[in-house]
Amino acid sequence: MSSDRRVNPSEVLRPRNVGAPVKRTEDARLLAGNGEYTADRKPDRPLHLAFLRSSQPHARIVRIGTAAAQEAPGVVAVLTAEDIADDFKPVIPFSRMPNYYATPILPLASKKVRYVGEAVVAVVATSRYLAEDALELIDVEYQPLGAISRGETAIAEGAPLLHEEAGSNILIAREFKKGDVAADLKAAAVRVGGRFEMTRKAPLAMEPRSYAVEYEKRRDAITLYTSSNIPGIVRDAVSESLGLPGHRLRVVAPDVGGSFGSKGSLYPEELLICIAARKLRRSVKWTADRLEDMSSSSQAFAEIVDAQMGFDANGIATSLQADVIGDVGAFSIYPWTCGLEPVQVVSFLPGPYKIGSYRGAVRGVATCKPPTGPYRGVGRPISTFVTERLMDLGAAALGIDPLEIRRRNLVRAEEFPYRIASGIIWDKTGFIECLDAAAEAAGYDRLRKEQAEARKAGRLFGVGVACYAELTGIGSRIAVAPGMPINTGSETAKITIDSTGAITAAFGVASHGQGLETTLAQIIADDLGARFEDVRVIQGDSDEVPMSTGTYASRSAVLGGGAAKHASRLLQEKIKRVASHLLEANADDIEVTEGNAVVLGTDRTVNFKQIAKAVYSDMKTLPVDAREELSATYTYDPINGTTAAATHIAAVEVDPATCFVRILKFVVAEDCGRLINPMIVDGQVHGGVAQGIGAALFEELIYDEDGQLLTASLVDYMIPSAPEVPSLDVVHVESESAVAGGFRGMGEGGTIGAPAAIANAIADALSPLGIDVSILPMTPERIFRLMEQARLNSIGKADE
Amino acid sequence: MAKVSVTVNGEKYDVPDVEPRMLLSDFLRDRLGLTGTHVGCEHGVCGACTVLVNGDSARSCLMLAVQTNGAEIVTVEGLGSPEELNELQAQFREHHGLQCGFCTPGMVMTGEDLLRKYPLATDEDIREGLSGNLCRCTGYQNIVAAIRSAAARRTEKAS
Repeated sequence: MSSDRRVNPSEVLRPRNVGAPVKRTEDARLLAGNGEYTADRKPDRPLHLAFLRSSQPHARIVRIGTAAAQEAPGVVAVLTAEDIADDFKPVIPFSRMPNYYATPILPLASKKVRYVGEAVVAVVATSRYLAEDALELIDVEYQPLGAISRGETAIAEGAPLLHEEAGSNILIAREFKKGDVAADLKAAAVRVGGRFEMTRKAPLAMEPRSYAVEYEKRRDAITLYTSSNIPGIVRDAVSESLGLPGHRLRVVAPDVGGSFGSKGSLYPEELLICIAARKLRRSVKWTADRLEDMSSSSQAFAEIVDAQMGFDANGIATSLQADVIGDVGAFSIYPWTCGLEPVQVVSFLPGPYKIGSYRGAVRGVATCKPPTGPYRGVGRPISTFVTERLMDLGAAALGIDPLEIRRRNLVRAEEFPYRIASGIIWDKTGFIECLDAAAEAAGYDRLRKEQAEARKAGRLFGVGVACYAELTGIGSRIAVAPGMPINTGSETAKITIDSTGAITAAFGVASHGQGLETTLAQIIADDLGARFEDVRVIQGDSDEVPMSTGTYASRSAVLGGGAAKHASRLLQEKIKRVASHLLEANADDIEVTEGNAVVLGTDRTVNFKQIAKAVYSDMKTLPVDAREELSATYTYDPINGTTAAATHIAAVEVDPATCFVRILKFVVAEDCGRLINPMIVDGQVHGGVAQGIGAALFEELIYDEDGQLLTASLVDYMIPSAPEVPSLDVVHVESESAVAGGFRGMGEGGTIGAPAAIANAIADALSPLGIDVSILPMTPERIFRLMEQARLNSIGKADE
Repeated sequence: MAKVSVTVNGEKYDVPDVEPRMLLSDFLRDRLGLTGTHVGCEHGVCGACTVLVNGDSARSCLMLAVQTNGAEIVTVEGLGSPEELNELQAQFREHHGLQCGFCTPGMVMTGEDLLRKYPLATDEDIREGLSGNLCRCTGYQNIVAAIRSAAARRTEKAS
């Protein structure tokens, strides 16, 4: 044997896959049209669902006439709330939060409807076309109860109650306090403030929500294929609601076409389709059309924030107070509750800054709209928008550069761990490093010079900076949603080498575009000592691990990755023990790499296939007690989780004729810890920023006073298309976190920083006109009105 | 019921019982089992359902199956296989031009159409060409890079 086959120990220890831009395992099938999304399932003779949805914002259901629909061609069943009353228990989005009312979740509206788009009747037919035909024959008589179309009107005297049992339209109220904010504001050298609004958004995954239940007559079992990013949570909730044990209820999230949060809650349609399949003992399919998806999937943001910030003469932020009204829609969602979005706003308002005193009060109020739920960033896009606007207002009032005022207030490297005024603890993260890296990459000083030139020429050119920090990979000590009783703090990896030597790793996480089949395999390949292409990752299938939740809250790299690392190590120990018998060497002298166990410094080696054969098949090679199953399971809990942070810098120009905003430059410097796959990380940042651009410039769900959605198509609800999104520069400040692998979560950050940076850039561009930016999106129409108002004001001043 | 005779990805189909109202997208997916074509909006905005009909890109959610009688259709399944991706598909993989993959078939079919018909001299040309296809994951940057790279390879081959 030649010595060049020998393994060098330093090579063994160096990660080969983690940190490399490995091409994705998922891509070949998805590119060739061989993916399998829920709607692509082809069960035997499936039935198809269609929903009759409420046309009323708030009304009592007086009568539902279904006789004609029952007789329509192809119709198998017509179901109303009454027909299924005995088939389920309502799902309650419970929370230990005080001052919270948990609205029950029902498969179909019962007694009254609370938003336009709420499912009222379900038709099951032999085709979707025929099911939709039958919807036309259903006659529902409503008694209108008065629409509540805005958060402010919901809390007005004499407003109709959406949930009478709650006794109020305020479904959640909370307050965070630290120090004497009133005194500090009074003593401040400079006080800035305003009324800020982030309008209602749609997460808008390109794949509409889709469910397919496959009924197994043999054992009265069902498999729910769902376009969900929380298949584990859905499994547990449906099990409880329908009284069906987990071994007769499998929930699978196959290829999922994006979520961004909109597929991250339990939906009434998920309950209904399971109920229908069991009642009819048939497989049933349903996919939302775009109108249904826009008008019934969870929506986002929708907050009004009255906020003030005080600074001392040196530009140090001393105090911050805010009153937030969140328009949470008609129901509290499961499992996150209606507190998730608005409470997160007040939790994160102090941001990455050392603000001395704080008071943040929030009320989440019920309105006649679909519930708000998680959307990429949750709460932080608005908290960052408000805090970063206040920072810029303070900087302007004090004559300090926006970059400098942030440098003075950010938590510095030596000050971590740092507890901000709302109580959140930041672990060591490169806040200042991100600021400096972003400024350098953007050429900040050059941009300011360019701006001065542009202004001389009468152009509206602006530069905006935004910093944020977020909690990611949250462990069991912190609930992802306030007071929520389910465990979101751990994830399981189960890695097995079977009798053919093949490696299969099962997880409870549920990728919907993040590429976890690739990144988790990268981690396992390194830590187990396998070849990347030999590791198959299974995820999003409730049959594969005993308990799971899914992929949300920037957790899967940290929790799934941590579980992968630990399970890989455990399995590698087993491999070494078997190899030590086979190679007649001490287990400590064996290294496992590239699918081989090697005695260090020799050419003695066995591969995984030979090891598997020795353990499972060849009963002569190993003593009985050495035939350990080649499988390891580990449930990882990072306990606290870890911080991620970034600085975004945008340069924009506003066209005074069309009022369109053009983004000239956009730079992100982010600290997401150790990168598993830089290609995927950049992709996540690009996509997050594009959504942030949408939130800042285009996207707004508009409901009229009667609770009707006016922007229910992709023509009216505009998400960015290719010409509107600039090429981004992404810089990584790679400081390792304290969790396993040194990873940090990074799926949401782009959407958190971008709206604030763009808002600040627009405000900077328009500052010569004395225009402030306090609402997003800054559509051309809004900018036109602000510029008109500024023009009128200046004429008024000239007249005085 | 109408009879529809079409050639899809080089294979001839004669389907005798097609409802005149059936969308081409539903026909491809449900009758021919070609689920690579995705339906994202059913109102012709998102472009996920884009296929080539007689060599031109078309929204299969805005066409009726009966309109394609006698036509030649190419769907994403007709370009390459997972084992052997075609040039553009391979560039999407190389440049991370997809994440969830749902808009991808439409992006690839539109990209094919653009590559066959236009010089695509600048990124602006590519972005303009893609403006009828929505993607919510990638921010378009890497899709543009993939098409740019495919265009460059095409030019190399031609010279």
